[in-house]
Amino acid sequence: MQKVNNKWLKLGIEVVVLAALFTLVQYLITAGLLKQYYQISLASMCINVTLAVSLSLINGFTGQLSLGHAGFMAVGAYIAAIMTNMLDLPFITGILAAMLGAGLAGFIIGVPTLRLKGDYLAIATLAFGEIIRVTLQNIGYVNGPAGIMGIPKFATWPWLFGGAIVTIVVIVNLINSSYGRAIISIREDETASELMGINTTKYKVLAFVVGAGFAGLAGALYAHYFYIIKPETFNFLKSFDILVMVVLGGLGSTTGAIIAAVFVTALTAALQSFPAIRMVLYALILIIVMIYRPQGLMGNKELSLRTFGRIWGGRH
Amino acid sequence: MLEFTQQIVNGLSLGAIYALIALGYTMVYGIIKLINFAHGDIMMVGALVSYFSLTLLGTNIFVAMAAAMIACAVFGVLIEKIAYRPLRNSTRIAALITAIGVSLFLEYFTIFIFGPAQKVFPASAFPIKAYALGGLSVLNKDVFVFVSAVVLMIILQYIIKWTKTGKAMRAVSLDQEAAVLMGISVDKTISITFAIGSALAAAAGVMLGIYYNTVNPLMGIIPGLKAFVAAVLGGIGIIPGAMVGGFVMGLLETMVSGYGNSLYRDAVAFGVLIFILLIKPSGIFGEDTGEKV
Repeated sequence: MQKVNNKWLKLGIEVVVLAALFTLVQYLITAGLLKQYYQISLASMCINVTLAVSLSLINGFTGQLSLGHAGFMAVGAYIAAIMTNMLDLPFITGILAAMLGAGLAGFIIGVPTLRLKGDYLAIATLAFGEIIRVTLQNIGYVNGPAGIMGIPKFATWPWLFGGAIVTIVVIVNLINSSYGRAIISIREDETASELMGINTTKYKVLAFVVGAGFAGLAGALYAHYFYIIKPETFNFLKSFDILVMVVLGGLGSTTGAIIAAVFVTALTAALQSFPAIRMVLYALILIIVMIYRPQGLMGNKELSLRTFGRIWGGRH
Repeated sequence: MLEFTQQIVNGLSLGAIYALIALGYTMVYGIIKLINFAHGDIMMVGALVSYFSLTLLGTNIFVAMAAAMIACAVFGVLIEKIAYRPLRNSTRIAALITAIGVSLFLEYFTIFIFGPAQKVFPASAFPIKAYALGGLSVLNKDVFVFVSAVVLMIILQYIIKWTKTGKAMRAVSLDQEAAVLMGISVDKTISITFAIGSALAAAAGVMLGIYYNTVNPLMGIIPGLKAFVAAVLGGIGIIPGAMVGGFVMGLLETMVSGYGNSLYRDAVAFGVLIFILLIKPSGIFGEDTGEKV
């Protein structure tokens, strides 16, 4: 059995696989071989991966249950749409402003609420998410409940794929840094990590702001792919959708979140004509996973080349 | 001044409904430290049961309410047995996520079976009359809602303060292990708590049906959240707190709709929640407890 533990080789394989995946889809799209239905599914997958990975940083790695993720997505979507649609600025400006804006919203909401713990925090974030939605409904500049329509469709496949990859790279590197170890120690035992001299508030807010910022990125991509945004899209059921992905994938596993996001999106697309069944299934997934496998699909393990190496090696 | 009094009259019946729902939240939280997200949806099930009892069986409103309360009591116990009991010793976050799952399940399973359409609560079940009271207009439905809610609350107080079951409930919420040592069956007590809480929610659901004239599968979400805010406002786990919190929320909501912008009605509830969580998370009647390591 050969262990793949050479860091550069591993990185090389990952880059090649991702580049191949990207090029394949890009080719299929430009050659017109991919049906609209599959294109939309792929775009949703990228957006949902971004959302799930960013929420997994908050819920899975920091252990702070947030139920307001759709609110940050809304902030990002609206800021980006205002930038490109109303102010005629380039897409990249919209994306950056969306991320900064959502991150700022995460900071403003995170500083006071992250003092709360467990279920209180969950409820407070849910409330903030709803306040963001109700506020958007009452702002005339963004057409209130009707939302913004006719947003230019800038979010092409390279943007969507790139957005998801950037999110994963940044968050995985954050988790593997000393910051990440501090963040994980808060999940494991907040009191103990505080006693070890970790400024828990600082790291919780940091994770929250980064997570919110990438939710903003997802929002910007969403707005420029589906070219219509309404406050109602970002209600707390959307937050629950993202939560389902993170919980199913495993609280504390990035690859788990990615796999679950792809799976849930595919399921959603397949059950498009039966929205009630889809939600019933989501609900059952949540309940059954929590009762029989509360650590989720992957637990806090990561799927890596080494895992494949092990499986490969085991067969010989 | 007259208009202000009128708003208070309107707010009292809504507040009574919120108080009834809040009681269920607070009782369940008091005993197993779980925010029962599905509580609002149990209320919706109660409203639906009464709707079918009125339309299909042609019963009067009192029989419909009793049917809803019994059905939901059984239902609440079942939910606890199936979904919450296996998780009693796991993390609180796992239990909370399960509760969200149960809530979504109830909402969308109902949509799946009965369709998402709104059903009109039969008007013949409760003919509306208005009484003039010194310039105030009081509807008989407001009186009905308020009086029956208060009667239910008095019964609840009696059960909790004066019966053996109530004593067991208080004991379990105070210290589960000590309660077991005193020979109290914790499982049974928790089941009874869910039964009582769900029955109260069902009564509130019927009242909400009368109040808004409609029943639909998602009707439990917003009143459920507001009642939850009421429970937190009064101090979650504290029964008189839930009653006071419910009335405060009901009055606040009618005031905001009456004098301000009714579009902000829902935002106000959440604003109150955040305010209370940041200023005094233990609520009006709660005591601050330090963190134990």
